[in-house]
Amino acid sequence: MENKINYQEMLTGKFGDKVVINAEKSYEVYANADNSLEVLEFLKAEGLNFLADISSADYKDYFEVVYQLYSFDDPDHLIVKVKLTHDNPQVTSLTSLWATADWLEREVYDLMGITFINHPNLERILTWEGFEGHPLRKDFVSKSGRK
Amino acid sequence: MKTQTYTLNLGPQHPSTHGVLRVVLELDGETCVGSKTHVGYLHRGIEKILEDRTYPQVIPYTDRLDYLAGINNNLVYVQTMEKMMNIEIPERAEYIRVMLAELMRIASHMVGIGIYIMDLGAISAVFYPFIEREKILDMMAHLSGSRMTFNYMRIGGLAHDIHSDFKPELDKFIVEFPRFIEDYHRLIDDNEIFIARTKNVGTITAEKAKSYGLTGPNLRACGVKHDIRKTNPYGIYNRFDFEVPVGEIGDCYDRYVVRMKEVEESFKIIQQAYKELPDGPVMAKVPKLIKPPIGDVYHQTENPKGVLGCYVVSDGTPKPSRVHFRRPSFNNISIFDEIFIGHKIADIIAILASFDFVLGEVDA
Repeated sequence: MENKINYQEMLTGKFGDKVVINAEKSYEVYANADNSLEVLEFLKAEGLNFLADISSADYKDYFEVVYQLYSFDDPDHLIVKVKLTHDNPQVTSLTSLWATADWLEREVYDLMGITFINHPNLERILTWEGFEGHPLRKDFVSKSGRK
Repeated sequence: MKTQTYTLNLGPQHPSTHGVLRVVLELDGETCVGSKTHVGYLHRGIEKILEDRTYPQVIPYTDRLDYLAGINNNLVYVQTMEKMMNIEIPERAEYIRVMLAELMRIASHMVGIGIYIMDLGAISAVFYPFIEREKILDMMAHLSGSRMTFNYMRIGGLAHDIHSDFKPELDKFIVEFPRFIEDYHRLIDDNEIFIARTKNVGTITAEKAKSYGLTGPNLRACGVKHDIRKTNPYGIYNRFDFEVPVGEIGDCYDRYVVRMKEVEESFKIIQQAYKELPDGPVMAKVPKLIKPPIGDVYHQTENPKGVLGCYVVSDGTPKPSRVHFRRPSFNNISIFDEIFIGHKIADIIAILASFDFVLGEVDA
């Protein structure tokens, strides 16, 4: 599935080397924690107005926050990834752009322990208050001792 | 006169919350002035469990997300894996997948519509759709051995071909179903009580729906023509002729209308797929031990409840490093806190029911 618009070219034109292009996948780019809000705001204005999903993955050396952007009108699809360090996993919240980011970010915070700056209500959502740790991290050990 | 607001705890154990949803309402008399939705009572940690399962072992867990439409959940996962491993599946399997997915869409909407109208007080209105749903579940039980947790799809095709009794059962369903649609429209559409309870209740603008990531019938009721089967066709959906019904103002009544029309469109797709069903194998050549290449894939399909997405990260071992699902009901109900405000308690029950969410999916 090819996108109608070349978002990679568009982003390099706008942000230069602050956005890293994935040469293997034409629908994937890397932003960083400092400019992710700007990049996504720009993409939203360019037509990718459907924030389908925010997910995260733990690669042991670093975390990745993965934004799935679609459009309500076109078949276009773009994946924006942000790499975060284990010591300081922080990224700016998207709640100012999409209301759906509220719950999606709370889920990522709850299960992966990534902090979203400027989130209005960053609480646990699926586990209970007082739950210790973030289960989807690879170094999480549950009370029963199961990994 | 001095008045004060009070707090009402709706759920998590209450029939009209459709599972273990809890909403803490702040009420002024009977009018809602504040609301906070709590989820997570059914959280089983499926995404964590899956990190310790092999790729084929993931399939039965997907049945337990949206347990009213297990086949559609199977579908998104197996298609994600096929995308990851570049597997072409046989034509016959594609057609059977479409037929079953649309049958399950009808079954799921039958629950959605039936329970919705039952919550508004019309008990008899739940039995008609449940008769139709029962026919589909019987067919599925005969086919897969289970009424709701099918585990019927496989990476690369299907567990086995349809059996010889399936076609007569489907023939019977195809003959009987249009009669139900006709009857049900006559029973509900112009019902004065139903209209009074649902028209202009829980209205959502298209802008707000898009911002909250609403998908499926709840989004289309707001007038947004968005259906993954049309915008990003997956499988063989581009071969079928069907419409995407939309509503006008996004109130509770529109959500009913859109679901009813969608059922008819699904019925059209089933008939087309059934007519063109080719012969042949139902399973592609897939290695015994599934070890996808290192990388990640995201894929999404149109579930009865909305857009169901699946994100899989592979580290080259036989077990996935990460499986994540974008569950439509989770995003759909995040709008509750905003739209409840200003409504009376009885209207809140109508809104809850009209959304047709499943807690198995919300809490994962």
